Amino acid sequence: MRKVLMGNHALSYGAKLSRAQVISAYPITPQTEVVELLSRMCASGELNAKFIKVESEHSAMAALIGASSTGVRTFTATSAQGLAHMHEMLHWAAGARTPIVMGNINRAFAPPWSVWTEQNDSLSQRDTGWMQLYAQNNQEVLDSVIQAYKVAESLDLPAMVILAAFVLSHTSETVEIPEQEKVDEFLPPYEREYKLDADEPHAFGGLTNPDNYFELRYKIQKAMEKALIKWEEVGEEFEEIFGRKYGLIETYKVSDAKNLIISSATIASTARNAVDSLREGGAKVGLMRIRVFRPFPAEQIRAILSSVDKAVVIDRNIGFGASGIFYQEVKAAMYNEKNTPPIFGVVTGLGGRDVSSKDIIEIYQDVIRREKPKSDIIWKGLKK
Amino acid sequence: MERSEKMKLKIPKEEIMGHGNLACQGCGATLAMRHTLKALGKNTIIVLPACCWSVIDGPFPHSVVNVPLFHTAFAAGPSTASGVKAALEIQGKDTNVVAWTGDGGTYDIGLGTLSGAAERNDDMIYVCYDNEAYMNTGIQRSSSTPLKAWTTTTPVESPKETHKKDIISIMAAHRIPYIATASISYPEDMIEKFKKAKDIKGMRFILVFSPCPTGWKYVPQLTVKLARLAVQSRVFPLVEIENGIKWKLTKEITHPKPVADYLKPQGRFKHLSKKDLVEIQKNVNQDWDRLLKKIEK
Repeated sequence: MRKVLMGNHALSYGAKLSRAQVISAYPITPQTEVVELLSRMCASGELNAKFIKVESEHSAMAALIGASSTGVRTFTATSAQGLAHMHEMLHWAAGARTPIVMGNINRAFAPPWSVWTEQNDSLSQRDTGWMQLYAQNNQEVLDSVIQAYKVAESLDLPAMVILAAFVLSHTSETVEIPEQEKVDEFLPPYEREYKLDADEPHAFGGLTNPDNYFELRYKIQKAMEKALIKWEEVGEEFEEIFGRKYGLIETYKVSDAKNLIISSATIASTARNAVDSLREGGAKVGLMRIRVFRPFPAEQIRAILSSVDKAVVIDRNIGFGASGIFYQEVKAAMYNEKNTPPIFGVVTGLGGRDVSSKDIIEIYQDVIRREKPKSDIIWKGLKK
Repeated sequence: MERSEKMKLKIPKEEIMGHGNLACQGCGATLAMRHTLKALGKNTIIVLPACCWSVIDGPFPHSVVNVPLFHTAFAAGPSTASGVKAALEIQGKDTNVVAWTGDGGTYDIGLGTLSGAAERNDDMIYVCYDNEAYMNTGIQRSSSTPLKAWTTTTPVESPKETHKKDIISIMAAHRIPYIATASISYPEDMIEKFKKAKDIKGMRFILVFSPCPTGWKYVPQLTVKLARLAVQSRVFPLVEIENGIKWKLTKEITHPKPVADYLKPQGRFKHLSKKDLVEIQKNVNQDWDRLLKKIEK
């Protein structure tokens, strides 16, 4: 069935089709429609889930950690300040190995107040142990929620499905809604090996001395490494059933590309138009979209980057005192490689400033003239 | 009646909590857990935010409670418990969910979370074992610390200047189905309250007075005696509140002992002057009078 859905409702449908059993959320602009629709679905019985209407995001995440530990499927959604307010519990979710799936609407942090898109909220949770996936359209948002459960539950890692504020959250697109039967076939009920259960008492998360703690952290990293394979496998399985293909990264016109534009989320979507225009003018340019940011698909990125002459990473985020964050990660992935092209880093679109196809064309034309980067940040779209 | 018959206590014989916990000698909080588990039985899951019990239960892989126990973040006791309960309900499991917290997690960092769970009337037994300061981190004042008490952050040169927060009235304002105060020195009363709470649905809040020899600076063998003196001097009244409005005294104190009897064995009150003692006695008298006005005759 096809339906016109805003990005937020694509998240709600993703959770519903995945048969989330406990949902807990606190409202924040621009996330509210996600949980409003889920509230209605729970109230009408369309979705058989408990919805806990908590008094803060910290509590939303805590409730899901408790619920997930008993072996049920859980969902929440938030944005910006809400995600930051959850921060302590994000670490807890990963440490407790609870495969919670959460939608995060990328919104810029205050002060000053902004409701518009930027990636600093999710990227500042980079090291919490959550998988992070940046979607480029509403179909991908819905599909990624279903896939995220499959990956998360197979490895006991939490996952964040991320979409741009307003550019996706409040933009309506045609979305194919998969049949419930097929989703059930793809995503069986969650089975947790060690769970909170009065019939089998265990203590979870107790004081762990230096003799044991280290190995538990090692296991999270190993699960992340396995997730790199799992996302690809799940992507293939998903394609077989639903006909839509997703991987860790997505490439566009890279096979003969001499130069590469690298970005994520909706900027990458816009960059596809820029690539087409540039190619019309004879440029040998391709696009790489980083879809899964955690775990970081370094190997896949290296395989493509080693064979190009130049690359530019476009970031809608900034690691203050350093540079764009995707840029840092891409550069780091290439550092020990023999064939490392010059990699340029652009910071643009902060606080939701529009990034157009024309901007991306200009970025490309600018870096192509340069031999190598003079600094770690090229600012684009900044007022004089 | 035979003497042995007359002395029989109505305390369940079965010990659920095991031996070998990591508490300090004379810890009131261990007795609190022991009695609670006797009352609730094994079909119980404990959610435990940061508090002394985070250590007492034992380091990984040990646990002393013999029921499932889930450690959570300091402010997250009630919210985690809400999630556990919702998940059990959707699976059709009927298990008691207990949020087991200290006064820091209840009166301070977790108060907003507790208020949220209480207002939603989420189905849990919320227990605060109250030792009147941050004992696990080394005796820092909390908003449960009584007036003029010493702690490491309220040194004798500047002891606590404000009253202990009236958490019971705050909880009563939420109109939750059941609230009780209990003391480890009155185990029968305590167990009866937990059994009553077990059969009620919704948010149940029980405040357990839990002396701490390490933090209050007294000899460990006085724990039960001090807890009893707190009740007998009207410092810690034993009450029950139904639906936030129906207040009941479960232990009448007709001939109260002087508050000084309770304060004097404790090093945390060693610096008090005679004037201080008079002032504290006056406060306790006034609080008692206010309480009596709420009690149903």
